[in-house]
Amino acid sequence: MNNPYIVLPVLFQLFTAVLLLFFWFKVNAQRLITIICSLSSVGIAIWLFSEVYSNGILTMQAGEWKAPFGITFVADIFSSTMVLLTSIAGMAVAIFATGSIRNARLKFGFFPILNFLLMGLHGAFLTGDIFNLYVWFEIIIIASFVLITIGGEKAQIEGAIKYVTMNLLASAIFLTAIAILYGMAGSLNMADLSGQVAQIENRGLVNVVAILFLVGFGIKSAIFPLYFWLPASYHTPPPAISAIFGGLLTKVGVYALLRIFTLVFIPDEFLSNLLVVLAALTILSGGLGAILQINMRKIFSYLIVCHIGFMLAGLGIYTELAILGAIFYLIHDIVVKTNLFLISGLIFKLKGTLNIEKLGGIYKKYPFYALLMAISLFSLVGVPPLSGFWAKIFLIQGGYQEGQYTLIGFILLGSFLTLWVIAKLWSEVFWKESVDLPKKINVKYFSELVPFKQWAMLIPIIFMTIITLYIGLAAEHIIILSKQISYELMNPSVYIEAVLGTQIEMP
Amino acid sequence: MELLLVILIGLLYASGIYMMLRRSMVKLILGLILLGNGANMLIFLLGRIVKGKPPIIGSAEKMLTEIYADPVPQALILTAIVISFGLQSFAIILVKRAYKITATDDLDELNTTDEIYE
Repeated sequence: MNNPYIVLPVLFQLFTAVLLLFFWFKVNAQRLITIICSLSSVGIAIWLFSEVYSNGILTMQAGEWKAPFGITFVADIFSSTMVLLTSIAGMAVAIFATGSIRNARLKFGFFPILNFLLMGLHGAFLTGDIFNLYVWFEIIIIASFVLITIGGEKAQIEGAIKYVTMNLLASAIFLTAIAILYGMAGSLNMADLSGQVAQIENRGLVNVVAILFLVGFGIKSAIFPLYFWLPASYHTPPPAISAIFGGLLTKVGVYALLRIFTLVFIPDEFLSNLLVVLAALTILSGGLGAILQINMRKIFSYLIVCHIGFMLAGLGIYTELAILGAIFYLIHDIVVKTNLFLISGLIFKLKGTLNIEKLGGIYKKYPFYALLMAISLFSLVGVPPLSGFWAKIFLIQGGYQEGQYTLIGFILLGSFLTLWVIAKLWSEVFWKESVDLPKKINVKYFSELVPFKQWAMLIPIIFMTIITLYIGLAAEHIIILSKQISYELMNPSVYIEAVLGTQIEMP
Repeated sequence: MELLLVILIGLLYASGIYMMLRRSMVKLILGLILLGNGANMLIFLLGRIVKGKPPIIGSAEKMLTEIYADPVPQALILTAIVISFGLQSFAIILVKRAYKITATDDLDELNTTDEIYE
């Protein structure tokens, strides 16, 4: 079965990016095109999702080269969910950027690069070929390099040095892993690799390659000893860019980990234990880091690290229930983290600073914004019935069934640390008496913006908050979806059959 | 041939990582380049090196019967070289820019974004 239309999300982002290149200096035209195209890309993603949901796994063999010989694109329910979430977060960020990013930055090609980044993300989620995954990762990182440095402020350049170095190192390690894997198994198709790797007798070498993949993806998804680049760089670019980074870029690493470790390398006892230990330490170090910080975006950066640990914990426990929890958390985290960084952008525009010791009085002055922010903040903590709660329930239940009591302790500790941080944030930023801040000349305040830009910043936040509420209040939909994803992940034969078909003739 | 390549790859990886651990930004870039080249050579090596056996199916046969040189690793290396070329040129420009702004080549001085109070 060849369904070439499943690459439509990728092609549409490419089309948008190229179209935007023609309007390089016409900033307003770029704004208009971005809004229209990002809305349409959500439409395409919804369509792809519904196709996959009703028809099962769809595949495309590029150039009709039968798998495992050609490059395969696979849209299973996990990929199409991720594509949908990517385009939703991408849309929110793109619309927010039309209001918040200043024209000077837009003239350096912010929107085209954003669309190239989204194209890379879609490609990474849809591909079924491990080398192709590498190529999409490179597209993502080169686009993100440009985005993180656009504007060229001192802090941005300093953060970018760390970001670029670690990502290039991760790519080199990923490439090394692919080289050894190809040498061992002689294939690059992930579905084919699943069978080939299982037959390799030298399990020690297989584990070495698995760990190389773990390190490569671990740097990208910021797991415990490899996360230091993230809090050093994510707070430097404009808020819209941090939002897309915080919401999606680390999650691609998590997606790749979930995919590789359920399909190609089934964790043995050593790998499972390693994942559990890393998850626990990631939760701990991210949570403790967040307590220490006073810059709002740095707090959120550390919380990203902390919550990556929850998803890793699901993978470490490795039961259908725990993976369900991890998937639910992934869905919740993309929406909430994107929204939190957008909110930090709004607060910066309102107050001119993100130092929580200087902020204050937002609840009194802007009760509606405070409500919007409260929903996101509390769903991050996991206050029932908001979205973070359900994911943690499944993770804890999964851990309990497997007897991973220490890990459960760490998950609870992580939630507690998050609660502490959010409570601190709430009392400092929202409840504390407002302090008179000196007006900054180089900041364009929210009240000085034209109404279009004000709404362009508010609507994405309201929209993402509604999605957060939906995930929390209509949790049964998301649970059904996550259940199906985790079933497909834990039973990879469905995926393999869809990709390779039944009638492969090996010479 | 294989032994020579193995030694070369080992050297490239070791020197690449050593250079990355130095404090100079220029050496960081050199390290990244060496590491990338090492990875490319590794693909080449692990794709089985066969001399003078093109993967061409003779007109009388239906499939390859003898040992042949696998063309896939070469395609992979080509892709990886192009990608790393783009990334490295970006990194070089970034380092130049960083040197202009911070007026230092020492990576230890680039720690203002890690500080808590700012």
